[in-house]
Amino acid sequence: MHTICFYFQVHQPFRLRKYRFFDIGNNHHYYDDYANRTIMRKVAERCYIPANKVMLDLIKKYGKNFKIAYSVSGTALEQFQLYAPHVLDSFRKLADTGNVEFLAETYSHSLSSLVNKDVFNAQVQQHSEAMEKYFRQKPTVFRNTELIYSDQIGADVADMGFKAILTEGAKHILGWKSPNFLYCNAINPKLKVLLRNYHLSDDISFRFSNHTWNEYPLTAEKYATWLNSLSKNEELINIFIDYETFGEHQWAETGIFDFLKALPGKVLGQTGFVFGTPSEVADRHQPISAIHVPEAISWADEERDLTAWKGNELQEDAFRKIYDLLPKISRCRDKDLIQDWKLLQTSDHFYYMCTKWFSDGAVHKYFNPYNSPYDAFINFMNVLSDFTERLNNRFTGEFEAEAGIGELEKKVRFFQNEIKKIKAKQKKVI
Amino acid sequence: MFGWEFPPHIAGGLGTACYGLTRGLSHAGVEVLFVVPKTYGDEDQSYVRLTGAGDITVSKRNFSFDEVKKKITFLEVGVNLLPYLSPEEFERFTSIDISESIKSTGSVFSANYQFTGGYGKNLMEEVARYALVASVIATENDFDVIHAHDWLTYPAGIAAKTASGKPLIVHIHATEFDRSGENINTSVFDIEKQGMEVADRVITVSNLTRNIVIEKYGIDPEKVITVYNAVESVKESKEIEIQKGVKGKIVTFLGRITYQKGPEYFVEAAYKVLQKNDQVHFVMAGSGDMMNKIIRRVAELGISTRFHFAGFLKGEEVANMFAMSDVYVMPSVSEPFGISPLEALRSNVPVIISKQSGVSEILTHAIKVDFWDIDAMADAMYGLLNYEGLSDMFRHYGKDEVDHLKWENAAIIVKGIYESII
Repeated sequence: MHTICFYFQVHQPFRLRKYRFFDIGNNHHYYDDYANRTIMRKVAERCYIPANKVMLDLIKKYGKNFKIAYSVSGTALEQFQLYAPHVLDSFRKLADTGNVEFLAETYSHSLSSLVNKDVFNAQVQQHSEAMEKYFRQKPTVFRNTELIYSDQIGADVADMGFKAILTEGAKHILGWKSPNFLYCNAINPKLKVLLRNYHLSDDISFRFSNHTWNEYPLTAEKYATWLNSLSKNEELINIFIDYETFGEHQWAETGIFDFLKALPGKVLGQTGFVFGTPSEVADRHQPISAIHVPEAISWADEERDLTAWKGNELQEDAFRKIYDLLPKISRCRDKDLIQDWKLLQTSDHFYYMCTKWFSDGAVHKYFNPYNSPYDAFINFMNVLSDFTERLNNRFTGEFEAEAGIGELEKKVRFFQNEIKKIKAKQKKVI
Repeated sequence: MFGWEFPPHIAGGLGTACYGLTRGLSHAGVEVLFVVPKTYGDEDQSYVRLTGAGDITVSKRNFSFDEVKKKITFLEVGVNLLPYLSPEEFERFTSIDISESIKSTGSVFSANYQFTGGYGKNLMEEVARYALVASVIATENDFDVIHAHDWLTYPAGIAAKTASGKPLIVHIHATEFDRSGENINTSVFDIEKQGMEVADRVITVSNLTRNIVIEKYGIDPEKVITVYNAVESVKESKEIEIQKGVKGKIVTFLGRITYQKGPEYFVEAAYKVLQKNDQVHFVMAGSGDMMNKIIRRVAELGISTRFHFAGFLKGEEVANMFAMSDVYVMPSVSEPFGISPLEALRSNVPVIISKQSGVSEILTHAIKVDFWDIDAMADAMYGLLNYEGLSDMFRHYGKDEVDHLKWENAAIIVKGIYESII
């Protein structure tokens, strides 16, 4: 059984507006509504709508033989509702075909998997509920923000009841092994792990329109030939790409939609591969071994690790500061604060603060609304300062009372100890 | 008078000082023709006649090019030098090449030179061209004294002196040693030295600077006179309705974020204060070449929720910032004078200044620390934030003191110098 598994990431962050020091305490609206709306409409027009249409047509044409998977972040969902409801409708239509699987992730595309299991759990739960609500599917397969994965994260995901997880087939964890097999988690073998074949995935998402590429131009036929040239015992090809590849990163003029339209036909006609969703892959294939990932990996940049979000002091500090607020926010019932807290955790905010250059820098700069990572950091920290003040204001009375009680309890314990000591001395004397 | 900047198009204290001085002089009955490289049309010309060097037509028959060129050939070394970038320009400069618009328009017999009036890559060329224009101005106008501010205008001053024979005063607002520590740019040093030697008098803004002039430039002490800068008095303190958003007190640093101003010491002292009391907010307003380094240090120390960057502030925003501040700090490594603490005191903000600044010579109601002494700085910040008696006293007496530092007084001294050399 040879399966090719297509998965597409659909995500938009709530971008922050220019928030200056003088706004702190005075203005609590953090988001650049104009930019978010404009970008959402633009991407909908160039990518989501035409790509969804192509997918629907392909499903109509090939029926059960063409299957795909998406994960739609909570922030993208909210923005569909706010700015482009017709996109949500088009995804619903795809869901209704029965050929499309929706995966689970953290609601706001956050890095909470690196912080705290309970918070992580809650965010995933919230996302799954949204998937049930909008697409009538309860996800059984999970993919973490930017495919971040480690043995521990896998174990945590397994505990939540998922049967499989998607991640990157990074060179440094595979070594001589091939990503074209199903693996399982090293701690909990019940969790199947699908590894992205980055070579074949990036051929479509990055290199497709690159004239200097020696394989340019890429046609569906050529791609099918490559699939055929793989060794016969490699049974699984995982193509995981950002949905914006179709129309946004690769413009329609490059022929990306024509490629997409022709691909299923060539794959089904000329190769031995069939299309499958990640669930089907987990059910049909046997894991060949466990995959050991002691340090977290991701699909970002050359390093395929966490340095895109946590590589420098700015990111580390911002990350620590926002999650330091966990104790307070977990007791907060204010809807606005909770919403802001969710939206501020989106991984993109940290991504913008990255100071890496050269081949990866270009990618970072393309999507970056800020002029420099330092601007990104200052802006985010200003927003966070205001958020922190609001949060503290909610709790001042409570905390002071608590602090008071804590102090008293300490005193009581101290005196109890003293009493014990004195009693002991008394006994000796007597 | 030759200057390089004039409010509101300023990058630092130079323009502010020139404006104040010219106002003072006009009150003292001295008529001033102020030349800058470029006028924008929105400057306040009520006290001074302002001319842009780009507006002067240089006719090639007016003077002998060769003689002027002889005196300024040493400027033609193409130096890639950035002595004093304005914050906006700095930002642009680091990302793209500023295409210079140095066009010579006009006929065979005359030319107009365009000036950008900034601090970019072609600074030396502009300085040279400024000198050419200066000699024209000198021959076409009637005046008693030439007064040149800072090294950018010394060649112009020299050219004017040569063309007209009138006495020259050079005014040192900052020396190359202040700007760059020990790694001075020798071309700039040479221009400064030549200016000082050719001039009939040298005015420095503080004794600190006067000593540098005498020792490092070897100028005769008889020729060097200190005239302290002052600060514009506010007509009346408008009640600035600024809503201070952050809770807690604010300690401010306002200035170019560059080596000379000692921003890193501010950060370290801030860290120490935050260890004792984390309800204080620190604000660094301004931009400069060390900004990114400072941001990284702040992140490294983990104080980024209490340490904010306000960016470069202009006009009213400066007043608003002072209105919100509880303490103002100027940890300058080497400040020839330092007008900003005076502006802070004027807005009722107690100040902490480094001993290595000119203004510390005349201010009594300010806390003075060595710029490197972070413990003392932190101590002073903590004291001013927590001990009301201390800050009240500084606010009260400091404001009084500043009210007495008027440009009119400085102008009278300068007028006296003029009269002594005519």
